[in-house]
Amino acid sequence: MEQILKLLEKNARLSVEDLAAMLDMPTQEVAALLDEARAKGYIRGYRTLVDWQAFGADRVQAVIELQVKPKKSRGFDEIADRIADFDEVESLTLISGGYDLQLVMSGRSFQDIALFVAKRLSPLDDVLSTATHFVLHTYKKDGARYVIEEPDEREYN
Amino acid sequence: MDYSRLLSRKAQEMRPSGIRKFFDIAAEMEDCISLGVGEPDFKTPWAIREAGITSLERGRTRYTSNSGLKELRAEACRYLERRMDLHYTPDQVLITVGGSEAIDLCIRALIEPGDEVILPEPCYVSYQPITTLTGGVPVSIPLKPENGFRLTADELRAAITPRTKLLVLPFPCNPTGAVLRKEHLEELAEVLRDTDITVLSDEIYAELTYGYDRHVSIASIPDMAERTLLVNGFSKAYAMTGWRLGFACGPKPLIDIMVKIHQSCIMCAPTTSQYAAVVALRDCDEQIEEMRTQYDMRRRYLVKAFNEMGLHCFEPEGAFYVFPSIAVTGLSSEEFCQQLLYTQRVAVVPGTAFGDSGEGFVRVSYAYSVEHLQEAVRRIREFLKQKDLL
Repeated sequence: MEQILKLLEKNARLSVEDLAAMLDMPTQEVAALLDEARAKGYIRGYRTLVDWQAFGADRVQAVIELQVKPKKSRGFDEIADRIADFDEVESLTLISGGYDLQLVMSGRSFQDIALFVAKRLSPLDDVLSTATHFVLHTYKKDGARYVIEEPDEREYN
Repeated sequence: MDYSRLLSRKAQEMRPSGIRKFFDIAAEMEDCISLGVGEPDFKTPWAIREAGITSLERGRTRYTSNSGLKELRAEACRYLERRMDLHYTPDQVLITVGGSEAIDLCIRALIEPGDEVILPEPCYVSYQPITTLTGGVPVSIPLKPENGFRLTADELRAAITPRTKLLVLPFPCNPTGAVLRKEHLEELAEVLRDTDITVLSDEIYAELTYGYDRHVSIASIPDMAERTLLVNGFSKAYAMTGWRLGFACGPKPLIDIMVKIHQSCIMCAPTTSQYAAVVALRDCDEQIEEMRTQYDMRRRYLVKAFNEMGLHCFEPEGAFYVFPSIAVTGLSSEEFCQQLLYTQRVAVVPGTAFGDSGEGFVRVSYAYSVEHLQEAVRRIREFLKQKDLL
């Protein structure tokens, strides 16, 4: 299972047949493992890494640090759940150290993001403070370099 | 000046490597996908690079002894003991500039004009020209696909003459991916035992074997160590091609003569590389396992893909090449490669670059990412569809 997850994490376009060949396993077994991975939530989805910067789209991304007030009963989960429900939020993680939640979101403009923070995040009762950092350039994301691929310099010997 | 009269005839007659030919064209092409290289796509593991850097920072920039750092030779002996059950002492080890230099030295140390060198083909491209330059006579054995491109005892026996001096044994094999298992080696050893033939066992791909136990060296078969010169190196297993480092182990009289030649033409292998290599042999078993696992997955992917396309591919058990038959296309190896390159912009190497017996086959390297291989496979399918073969 771990090998399958590792392979798909790098390349989601491998077919069940390809995976079976690569791992020297029967196709049916691979298919069953994939079903299990979906059912148990080991696999949360298959997506494409889009480099919007390269495409030239108007898109601004921000990393927002949040300090929040944990609840006695549910800790950070309640407020985190609430924030995660906003469609604008791309990722939300609980962080150790100087702040509590790290949020990543995108918008069409700086203003879009600023408005979201001012109108929707900050007013939440349990949000104590926010700090918004705009992303200036992405060099690498999810293990993929966001540059034109380095040419293969290998010679034919 | 008319250099065609001045240059050594033998050097002029050397056959240029058939691997390069297509790639000078491929290199000029836009969006060309290559499956042609013979070196890993991995970078040298960081611990090894760091050891090289540290040696430079400490100013270890002088020559080493001719035969190489004592520490490295000792480490090579431990490595061979640990991973291949071979027993050598450091004075039987020579550190060379890649496996290539070890091949050159061995042939030059043994061959007198007229001596015969047995070459099982298809094989790597350098044995033949070096033999010829040395005045030796290459005697090729065309290996058969039905034997999985293994050298058989009968084939060997038939090729031996009173002038036979050396048998080149290049397994795991570039370009076919064939390996010789213990039982095959024992059969060959039986033929060689009562002769004065030395074996040049090129085991540069020893760490890259798949689907069965482990690589077995002919030097581990009884009575064979005394008649075997083992060549190994760092390029393939440790992804260290650019460091230019290999080693030779063998009977002391042979190694001593090789050291003498090496002393005159090379002096010593690169010092920085030698310091890095100590760490490679000592600490990197795990990293080479990981690379091997990656190659193995790609190997299985490609074998399946070629067989599904109807380009029959026997299962290669070593190195990082598959060697599919292109017989169904009715094309020669050269024509296939040329047409595939011009119509689909995919570069592979014709089997004939490795000897005439490679006709009807092409060498496909899987030292590439899976995404790269997927795209190449897609284009080859397209090529076959246009020929109504799919």
